[in-house]
Amino acid sequence: MNASMNYVDGNAAGGELSRIFAVDITSAEGQCANCGAKRRFAEAHLYLQCPGLVARCPVCGHVLLRLANIQERIFLDLCGMTRLTFDTTKQSNPTS
Amino acid sequence: MAGTAVLGRVTWRTATVVGLHDETPTARTLALAVRNWPGHVAGQHVDVRLMAADGYSAVRSYSIASAPNSDGRIEITVERLPTGEVSPYLTQDVVVGDELELRGPIGGWFVWRSDQTESIQLVAGGSGIVPLMAMLRSRSSIGSGAPFRLLYSAREPRAVFYRDELRALSNQGDSVVITYAYTRVTPKDWPRPAGRIDASLIATGTWPSTLRPTSYVCGPTSFVEHTTDLLIAAGHDRERIKTERFGATGERK
Repeated sequence: MNASMNYVDGNAAGGELSRIFAVDITSAEGQCANCGAKRRFAEAHLYLQCPGLVARCPVCGHVLLRLANIQERIFLDLCGMTRLTFDTTKQSNPTS
Repeated sequence: MAGTAVLGRVTWRTATVVGLHDETPTARTLALAVRNWPGHVAGQHVDVRLMAADGYSAVRSYSIASAPNSDGRIEITVERLPTGEVSPYLTQDVVVGDELELRGPIGGWFVWRSDQTESIQLVAGGSGIVPLMAMLRSRSSIGSGAPFRLLYSAREPRAVFYRDELRALSNQGDSVVITYAYTRVTPKDWPRPAGRIDASLIATGTWPSTLRPTSYVCGPTSFVEHTTDLLIAAGHDRERIKTERFGATGERK
């Protein structure tokens, strides 16, 4: 299914998703609604060859998240992920 | 950092080009001064947005190459892709003083934090060296003693980024061990024929899995798949391998 190698990591969606989420979603752990695998969102397989983006489970390929920008609206479909767990200790950006 | 508020909303900021430096015949480093830059962690990236006069815009992600600092400056290194929409502009047309729109820093997963003391294995394919360089520079700038190794696969010797700086890093006392793998052309008298990273190179050029290092693998998607499989076959724990894939062509959108 993923033989085309046309995907990148969920990490690459961080900028776009920062428009919606107040904290970094890429380091959050998401659970796949299909196979139950728990992985960091950064580890999802992200497809960008579409009007928006699609993230798939790295284990089973099930769609976890779909985001589309259509004119002035953003459509976000998260029904492929049953739960997101955020670690609030890793959200800072220390520079010193 | 204890007591620090959660990451502020990531917004578009104006960045001014304050320096340009060619790394290879096709890759250029841009030094950027970013207004109100909140600082970053090694491994993070930024999105750069270019807007045409007709309103068409293109956004691309670029890893930050520089170590975290507090002077509001970052560096990105951009590889020129012949058919790219953004990279030819950034590597050929931009001049010092130009302004870019930039969003970031982005990503809290593919990062090396200065409080990590375990052994670190870096594996770079081509321009995948960029975020790993930020980690090496961060380690140096804070005087970290964390044991680092780098396995760097490049097409040919002249395609190697940051060559002099990497040589200097590997010559220091608490040195970083660097192993190069060339896929097309090798230097003269190079012991290994040109080719992809294979199991024997993983065995000689990376930390043994018994040390339980944290590994960071960055490059084109096929490179990351291939090397990650080799690391796992060599006994590395999948949970301790962090990856950043650039896609099929090397251009991240």
